Amino acid sequence: MGWKSEKVRVNILEHELVPRHEVLSAEEVVELLRRLGIRPEQLPWIRASDPVARELGVKPGDIVRIIRKSPVAGESIAYRFVISG
Amino acid sequence: MNISDEELLKLLEPAKQILPPKIFNELYEKVRGIPLTRDELSEVVNLAVNEYLNTLIEPGEPIGTVAAQSVGEPGTQMTLRTFHYAGVRELNVTLGLPRLIELVDARKLPDTPIMVIYLDEGHRYDREKALEVARRIEITRLENVITRVDIDLITSTIIIDLDLEMMKDKGITTNTVVKALGKIKAVSQGVRVDEDDENRIYVEVPSNYDFLKTQKLRDRILKIKLKGIKGINRVIVQRRGNEYVLITDGTNLEAVLKVEGVDVRRVFTNSIYEIENVLGVEAARQALINEIHNVLEEQGLDVDIRHVMLIADMMTLTGSVKQIGRHGIAGEKTSVLARASFEVTVKHLFEASARGEVDELKGVAENVIIGQLIPVGTNLVRLAMNPTLARSRGDR
Repeated sequence: MGWKSEKVRVNILEHELVPRHEVLSAEEVVELLRRLGIRPEQLPWIRASDPVARELGVKPGDIVRIIRKSPVAGESIAYRFVISG
Repeated sequence: MNISDEELLKLLEPAKQILPPKIFNELYEKVRGIPLTRDELSEVVNLAVNEYLNTLIEPGEPIGTVAAQSVGEPGTQMTLRTFHYAGVRELNVTLGLPRLIELVDARKLPDTPIMVIYLDEGHRYDREKALEVARRIEITRLENVITRVDIDLITSTIIIDLDLEMMKDKGITTNTVVKALGKIKAVSQGVRVDEDDENRIYVEVPSNYDFLKTQKLRDRILKIKLKGIKGINRVIVQRRGNEYVLITDGTNLEAVLKVEGVDVRRVFTNSIYEIENVLGVEAARQALINEIHNVLEEQGLDVDIRHVMLIADMMTLTGSVKQIGRHGIAGEKTSVLARASFEVTVKHLFEASARGEVDELKGVAENVIIGQLIPVGTNLVRLAMNPTLARSRGDR
């Protein structure tokens, strides 16, 4: 994952611009889609080749929960659907 | 009768489920110091929660239009103001309208790429240590550390005289130069240092080179990289508060993150494209929000950050940063009429008719064109009938 052959490995997840990403479990996915009443591809997308997605090792079809810091709400939760590419 | 802190938290629990953390904390802090009965407390909490629910945007609100106008109107006031401003003594940074356009166009390279590099615990308080990191980052080419270069046509060699002081300043030895020269294939065998003067280097020109080719070779030799990171042309050490930071002309996020002495968590670049590639879409979204908001704020325009967030959300919707405009959001709308009403009308109409595209008339622009009510607000509500349900209830 990340920069394979480099001797220095940088953990990009620590950067202040990167919010926390979590992979949803199967039950959480069902619950989320039922609550929002949408199909997964109607969520915003994130590519499987995205640096953070690669770091987490997510596969296309997964849903990622993103916990963003927001100046308005303090913390806000968003979801992204992992697409291939 | 005072309510203990633990009990207060318990009584506020239902509100916590509904309110966002920031508003909940505000409520908690305000309520804590005041002696209230339980009934009064629940009244206060109910009022707060209801007030919050009332301020939420309702389904069908045309927030995109509101955001566009909220950024667009102040934007018109920006046009006549300064385009550039000398931010960091020698460095010029694009700000104002040109920068805003650059951001919403999702340009790959900013007009004035810069980085602000914060240093780690071991390097940030000492100017010398900061300079040490700066030397690792700033690109140094051979031409920066020489006093003169000559071509001797008789012996067909290139004579390079090194600048001792500059080399010391940049932390380069004669050996580094020789090694770097060795990487150029054409001359790799013919590099040698003068026996009496270690600051003079001879480079043998291959015998089949004519004068023109030799000159080209000299120019190539002068451009070779001795040290530093590609793309970073100049580094300035600056004091910010109680620490030293590096400000660079040029940007290369991926390489800078790997440099020893850099605070990985706080490295900043104004290139959204690099952030997207190295840190991901979510970081790019956040960077877009910060940058657009900064541009507006710097001009004294008070635009609510939620409008900016919506713009950034739209730009990163598909997992990569897309511009707003013909090649991005506006150009990828599903409706033919909406696309045609934006730019290059004929092309879109022509291609759509050639392909037999269907317009579902679900958006705003296409309904304005054909003179229907736009599907916004209460007009978003559609009536649906369930015939089986009606029959089962015995209606006719």
